[in-house]
Order: sequence, then structure tokens, then C-alpha cells
Amino acid sequence: MADGLSDGSDLSAGEEGQEDVLTPAELITKLEEAWLNEKFSPELLENKSELVECVMEQLTHMEENLQRVRKGDVKASVHRMEIDRIRFVLSSYLRSRLQKIEKFFPHVLEKEKSRADGDPSFLSPEEFAFAKEYLANTEVYLRAVALKHMPPNLQNIDMLKAVPEPCLDSFVFLRVKERQENILVEPETDEQREYVVDLDEGSQHLMRYRTIAPLVSSGAVQLI
Amino acid sequence: MFCEKAVELIRELHRMGDGQLPAFNEDSIRQVLEEMKALYEQNQSDVNEAKTEGKSELIPTIKFRHCCLLRNQRCIAAYLYDRLLRIRALRWEYGSVLPTTIRFHMCAEEMEWFNQYKKSLATYMRSIGGEEGLDITQDMKPPKSLYIEVRCLKDHGEFEIDDGTVILLKKNSQHFLPRWKCEQLIRQGVLEHVIS
Repeated sequence: MADGLSDGSDLSAGEEGQEDVLTPAELITKLEEAWLNEKFSPELLENKSELVECVMEQLTHMEENLQRVRKGDVKASVHRMEIDRIRFVLSSYLRSRLQKIEKFFPHVLEKEKSRADGDPSFLSPEEFAFAKEYLANTEVYLRAVALKHMPPNLQNIDMLKAVPEPCLDSFVFLRVKERQENILVEPETDEQREYVVDLDEGSQHLMRYRTIAPLVSSGAVQLI
Repeated sequence: MFCEKAVELIRELHRMGDGQLPAFNEDSIRQVLEEMKALYEQNQSDVNEAKTEGKSELIPTIKFRHCCLLRNQRCIAAYLYDRLLRIRALRWEYGSVLPTTIRFHMCAEEMEWFNQYKKSLATYMRSIGGEEGLDITQDMKPPKSLYIEVRCLKDHGEFEIDDGTVILLKKNSQHFLPRWKCEQLIRQGVLEHVIS
């Protein structure tokens, strides 16, 4: 993969003065990690706009390179395939996010509204606008078709109650990237008691998402 | 028994699996709304009676009617919302233009919701990455091969591919085309992927 991308291109130098400069291969690895995490996590994860922008720039760059290659040259097919693959991963990543935004729209909006200024945001500004429009659209629709014809005390529906929240207790597969000690696992039934586990680097586990949620956002574990 | 019509609405949707959209059942909804109106009015008069004449034995009936009202509201909301989810899926399946058979099954307000949704989605997609955006309704499957064999199911006229060549899509003609160009046409039923 790294071979196809580096036609002696110094892409990392071109990226708008980021703090940690990524090689193209590292960028794509990061994209794939974000993609898998988002796919397997029951809730919407932190928004990664910078990553998305960089990948889009990368794709544009690669398309330009492709124009310069002689038509019919074998290299062109390989480049084309690579571009398609990256575009698929990016599209799938954004689709995962959009699906979760639509599925949990009142909760997602509530979370974003009530976060403190310093905290990382879960929605990009465009996703936020999309979520707000989705809420408004749905409310307008329900009101016009049914609610306004109902008795006066029943003309409102509390979306936060009506739309289910993401199930944070669903089980997820994960691989440990950084060793973790003393992770507290809550009991599931009354007979069990809480216990503590250590997660060794490289090991794979099946656990409740809620237990390891903070480790996903810190990058200590990778959902698989 | 109360709320039966409302539950029937839910059952109707439940029967149609796989995201199919049945016709909008305006009749049933109207009947449920009428039942709600009747229940509410009965409750209003009972509440007045209970207050003025102290008939507290009316209270269980009042509570019961209120529960029925809530159940009706919930069933209608569930019916309408589930239809919206199916309509949303249509945008991803068929693209911006829905087949007429499906459009007949939607009420005017659903059509309006669909149009607004399309617009929101388009605005969002255009904003991706900060330049021209990205159409994320394409690339639904991981790319396996660059070019695929397709057969044309209906006349579609001229079709231009990336290197400038123009293909004439005539019914029953077969072509070897770039996969990414064909995806949408395959979903719309114009082309068929030939897997030999």
C-alpha cells in the first residue's frame, strides 16, 4: 500500500501545518482505525474532521497523479484500485456516522448542546446542521400529519423519550494497543460481583462497550 | 375495545417486511384520531363532573381513557416514524428520484419530508472535505475489481466514461465498464451486473 502511494510524493509536507505530520500510509491507517471503531461502536464517537479533510486532499492528489500516468499503463490500474479502496473506506466511515446520527438524533443533539466548551465535539459543524435539520424535518412532519389533529394535551412528543438511546451495554470485540491495568468490570447480574482485569498489549477480548468506552476514545484499544 | 385500530396500523407495517412501503393508510389514521377526540371529550365532561359533584368513582375511568389516548398517540407516532425510516432507506437505495409506484404510496407530507431529507443530505455531502464534497451514496460495497461486465436492461442512451469514450446503452447490449461508473445505474435497474 505504501508503495502505491509514494511516487516520491512529499504529501506530508503539504498538509496545512499539522502538529504531527503523517505519512500517507499512516494517514490511511488512522482512517481505517477510525472506520472500524465507528463501525463497531454502539454510540457515535468523536468527530475527526481533520482526518477526513486530509484523506480528501490525499484522494485529490492521487487523482491528479493518475492523470499524469500514461493511459493503459499497468500502474494506472493499481492506482485506480487504491483510490477506490480509500474512497470506499472514507464513505463507509461517514455513512456509519450519519446512520448513528439519524438513529439517535435527539440524544446526539442533546449531548452536543450540553458539552462544555473545552470538550471535544462529537459532531462536525456540518453534521450538527444535518442533525438539526433532521430533527426539525421530523417534528414538522409529525405535527402536520397527526399531532395537530390530536387533543390539546397530546400535541407534543418528547423526542428524547420517544427515540431509544444507544445500548452502551452491547458487547464488542477489541484488540488492546496499550497495556491497561485495573479495569473495573461491573457485574451484569445480582449474583456476580464487580471484578478487575488487566488488559495486555496485543490481546483480544469480548467485553461490554460501556466498560472500555474511554479506552476507545483515547486510542488504547481498537474495536475489531 | 379501544386502540384496536391503532394496533392494526402497526401490524400492517410489521407484515410488510424488508423495508417495503405500503400505501399510506389515511383512513385508519383518521379513525384513530376520531377515537382520540371522543375519548378526550368524554374525559373532559367526566373531569368536570368529578370536580363539581365530587364523583371520585369516575377517576379510574378517566385514568383508563387517558391511557388509551397515550397508547393511540404512541401507536400513530410509531407507524409514522417507521414509514419515515423506510422512506429514508429509499433515498439510499434508489437515489433522488423515486419510482412512481412508490410515490403513490406516500402522502404529501411524506413527500415533503423526503424532499427536505434529500436537500439536507446533499448539503452535507457537498461540505465533506471542504472542496467539492463526496457522494457517500456511492461506493456502497468494497471494490473487488476495476471493470465489470454489465448488460443493459433498458435503452438509456449515451453514456460517457472517464477517458472520454461514449458508449451507447441499448437494451440487451453488453459492455465492459468501470465499476464505479455503473453502481448507480445498476441500482436503478438500467444495467445488470453479469457474473459469469
